[in-house]
Amino acid sequence: MLIEVVIILLKVGVIFVALLTTIAYTTYLERKVVAHIQHRIGPNIVGPFGLLQPVADAVKLLFKEEIKPAKADQFFYTIAPMLSFITACMTIAVIPVGNWLEIGGKRIELLISDINIGILYIFAMSSLGVYGIVLAGWSSNSKYSLLGGIRSTAQMISYEVSLGLGIIGVLLLSQTLSVAEIVRQQSGSIFNWYFFKQPIAFFVYFISAIAETNRSPFDLPEAESELVAGYHTEYSGMRFGIFYLSEYANMITVSAIAASLFFGGWNGPILPPVLWFVIKVVIFLFIYVWIRGTLPRFRYDQLMRFGWKVMFPLGLANLIITALILVMKS
Amino acid sequence: MSFAIFFILAIIAVGAAVMVITTKSPVSSALYLILVMCSLAGLFVLLGALFLAALQIIVYAGAIMVLFLFVIMLLNLRRDEYGHDSHIIQKYLGFVLVAVILVQGIVIIGWAMKDYSAASSLVSTEGTPGAGPAVDYNSAYWVARTLFTKYAYPFEVTSILLLAAMIGAVVIARKKRLPDIENEEG
Repeated sequence: MLIEVVIILLKVGVIFVALLTTIAYTTYLERKVVAHIQHRIGPNIVGPFGLLQPVADAVKLLFKEEIKPAKADQFFYTIAPMLSFITACMTIAVIPVGNWLEIGGKRIELLISDINIGILYIFAMSSLGVYGIVLAGWSSNSKYSLLGGIRSTAQMISYEVSLGLGIIGVLLLSQTLSVAEIVRQQSGSIFNWYFFKQPIAFFVYFISAIAETNRSPFDLPEAESELVAGYHTEYSGMRFGIFYLSEYANMITVSAIAASLFFGGWNGPILPPVLWFVIKVVIFLFIYVWIRGTLPRFRYDQLMRFGWKVMFPLGLANLIITALILVMKS
Repeated sequence: MSFAIFFILAIIAVGAAVMVITTKSPVSSALYLILVMCSLAGLFVLLGALFLAALQIIVYAGAIMVLFLFVIMLLNLRRDEYGHDSHIIQKYLGFVLVAVILVQGIVIIGWAMKDYSAASSLVSTEGTPGAGPAVDYNSAYWVARTLFTKYAYPFEVTSILLLAAMIGAVVIARKKRLPDIENEEG
């Protein structure tokens, strides 16, 4: 009993620290890659190749003076970044980062919790994540923040639908809601990956995921030319930092879900499973940054029209066709 | 252990529910309602109904309450904008209705307790629980099965109700928008 508890706590600790480190180095990756896309060098002063830049950034944010708007709603202003960060981190609990380890005859699954409704848990957490942004926008008592918060909420609610439709495409084939089980089904050959069976579902999922995480080219909530910085305009210091952390945490979990559901998760030849998982997630993060470096931002009405009139019908059509084929087969 | 967790969740749920109606700011009120939903989801987890718990959070805490908050924010309701309630009859009628509901609740819980003790004695005489076809409320399969076979009719009726509400919302939204667009273009 005690050993079980210790193992679970260790797993939570290791995965959380790994997530935080990945968040820190995703910012580095983003700055470096975008810099090279724009023919710059990027951070290269702090440490070799600028590798200590995230540490420097964190120290800077921690020691920065925090300015709170006097008319802000103190309580909600304080809890908004926390809500945002907690829900962003909690999703990772159901995603298997590797197969299993055997230590002293004990089999340790490399995921925090294998609940049989894992995917619904992911949906639940991502739908709670909206509150951080809503509250931040509302409690700052500033027009830019409020508009940014409302935009962002509308965007997240709209794209959550097509995000779900993309995932359900996989669910129809896998017949299970457990993420660990879905990854296990894709072992063996590369052609067992659900990407090859559900390519449309993957594109619907990934494009909606970019919108869901408020990233470029769908980063309207932070359109600096019209809204200063959107919902976190009035935040400074580490509170602002926490919003950034949660944005990156969301990017990482969304990439991890994409890797697990469509690209076989930790499955892969020769290299250890954990490494395969990390490679796949990093490739997705790179694509994220790549898209940011190449595409211009959408206009707000374009974004909404695209979400409801392209992504949603596409996801729905894919769902109906998949279901029809499954019924015909059985 | 689960007993302690039950009490913590129950106290949070009841306390938050009281705060929903006593707090003055609409936004806090909505947030306390979210807290109620989440602690109810926790109670579902304690009962072993993980699926229901997830749905509770997705549908109520996630979707419906976001829309609530959205409307409150758009209307920009702030603290104390309602002022004092001028309807005194409502106040006293409220007390009466609460008393009626309380009595009803006690009666229903009394019946349920009787049924429960009868059922539990039945289980203990039958031997190990779950000897028959086990209905696993944990899995989506069983919930879907009952929903689409036993409760198919109410399920479809509910969906028509929602469709009607949706069409209504679209109609109301269109009515106000159309003249504006025509003016801008014309």
